[in-house]
Amino acid sequence: MRHKTFFWFFLPTGLAMLLFIALPIVSVLIQSIFAPHPAVLVEVENCTPLVGCTTETTIDQEATAALRAKQPLGRFVGLDIYFDRGHVAIQEVGKIWTNFEGWGPFFSELGDLPFYRAMAFTLTFVAVVTPLTIVLGLMIALAINSLHRHLKGLMIFFSLLPMIVTPLIGSLILFWMVDSRGVIGSALVALAGDPNFSLKASTGLMWVALMVYGVWHAAPFAFVVFYAGLQTLPADQLEAAQIDGATRWQQVKYVIVPHLMPLVTFVALIQLMDNFKVFEPIVGFNAAAHAQSLSSFIYNDLGGETRQLSSASATSVITIIGVAILLSPVLVRTWRDFKGSR
Amino acid sequence: MAGRAQRMPKSLRITSSAFVILWFILAAFPFVWTVWGSFKVELDFFSIADWTNAITGERTEAVYGSPFTLTGYAGAWIQEEFWRNVLNTGIVCFFVVTISLTIGTLGGYALSRSSYNYTFWLLITALIFRAMPPITLVAGYLLPFFEWNVWGILPTTIIVLVAINQPFTLWMLHSFFKNIPSELDESAKVDGCNQFQAFRRVIIPVMWPGVITTGLFSFLLAYNDFAVGAMLLSESNRTMVPAIAAFLGTTQTEGNVMFAVAAVVSATVPLFILVMFFQRQIVGGLTAGAVKG
Repeated sequence: MRHKTFFWFFLPTGLAMLLFIALPIVSVLIQSIFAPHPAVLVEVENCTPLVGCTTETTIDQEATAALRAKQPLGRFVGLDIYFDRGHVAIQEVGKIWTNFEGWGPFFSELGDLPFYRAMAFTLTFVAVVTPLTIVLGLMIALAINSLHRHLKGLMIFFSLLPMIVTPLIGSLILFWMVDSRGVIGSALVALAGDPNFSLKASTGLMWVALMVYGVWHAAPFAFVVFYAGLQTLPADQLEAAQIDGATRWQQVKYVIVPHLMPLVTFVALIQLMDNFKVFEPIVGFNAAAHAQSLSSFIYNDLGGETRQLSSASATSVITIIGVAILLSPVLVRTWRDFKGSR
Repeated sequence: MAGRAQRMPKSLRITSSAFVILWFILAAFPFVWTVWGSFKVELDFFSIADWTNAITGERTEAVYGSPFTLTGYAGAWIQEEFWRNVLNTGIVCFFVVTISLTIGTLGGYALSRSSYNYTFWLLITALIFRAMPPITLVAGYLLPFFEWNVWGILPTTIIVLVAINQPFTLWMLHSFFKNIPSELDESAKVDGCNQFQAFRRVIIPVMWPGVITTGLFSFLLAYNDFAVGAMLLSESNRTMVPAIAAFLGTTQTEGNVMFAVAAVVSATVPLFILVMFFQRQIVGGLTAGAVKG
């Protein structure tokens, strides 16, 4: 296709992405290095005869408005917002580092800083949910593949539900069940033998619940991909393995899993991207007190009465950089594929 | 295929069946439970006294004389005017799917028929855009949208969702168009068509399976969106999902949690129907990306 034709075909979608994805990124970058103007304060001296003089500090509305109109972006602060207590917290980390008393206390003190808490949860979520999703998906695929033909369609239908359901709705449905008054919650209370046992009170349990939701939500995707892969499994390979006396476990390990390996890579990549975005379950589980992800951290800054655009922008930039690092192996691979397929 | 060697030993067959049943319960039970509970009063849905109340609806019967009640639905749809949010979601989904498919097919087709280096870089950029959490962009939207006075209205959200949708749509349609042999449109060009005529007369008639599958996923993205709708829509223009989140924030009085439960069930029904009719396309779409890598 000629350059000119390509240009006209690609123009509408390119324009949409340029205006509403690329430019906002630039705008986020700019906002993250400017802070809003503080109000201009003036000291007014009030002197009353006999009482004496008092000085009073008031906001000079006019000057503040004038300053904001003159520099609408705010004042330039460079990387200050990135390094403040709400983000990378250079000073605090430095202080913790100088009082270093072993890794345990170091990490627990680091965990008190909000940004590191969000980072820790996001990375733990990615690291735990991704492998569990793949393993569970593979098990479901193997089990359903051995079912009778008529049952398969029905099982696929029900298996798709946890994935297709709106993430916020899915997490609400699970949350209402594990709530201490819900059916699973009260069963857990009975099991624990402690009437005050509550998921909402414990950070650890909340993390577990969020990750259970993550696996529940993503396993159907892994299942569908692996199930499709199983349909293309060459029957003669499996037969050859059987003739050689391979047990069922050995067949799975040496024939089926190697055949599915490219799909495992694919699922892992998609899951890395999606789990890094984890956001809705934290809202649905009302878990902000116990767990924050990078996305919910931004959401909290943006919501509410005071929209803290600068702070949210700084976190956004750090998140985007994280995404780029996470994706770098994929980019290299895609480049090789592209070169090969040309 | 089912030779004697293929047949499973009994113990394995039992384990495997037990596992399928366990997964079936995990996948389906939460939905069944919530649908059933949505016709109860709150004291039954969250039954701390006796969990069987949630099934038999004892309290519901005591209050309404029948173990089923529609008060949750009436409260959500009439009192809280949930139908407005449903309507908004309908409008948003319709326009997002139509616009993003129209511009996405053109772009995806162009990407699949060009092999210059910039094709690769465009695809890679799209991949990075797809991996970014949508909420990271919201901070960038707010100031300009306030400035231009377009914050809070549906068209803004539709355009933003179309743009956020494009990377995925492009990747998906790109791989679908790659599977349509380029000899088709090449021969049309030999016969005197220009590129656009070739696209219109030769490619459009054969592209529908791919476009329908991509459209399903665009629909899901628009329907399931929470971050963009919650941040960019004013209260009166909210779509379903942000509205449900708002129910939980404001309605602390007893009984109103059931509004949220009823709204959640109402919002799940279209998805249920969607899977019922388009199961084959959804499965095909999920695996299409995998086959192409």
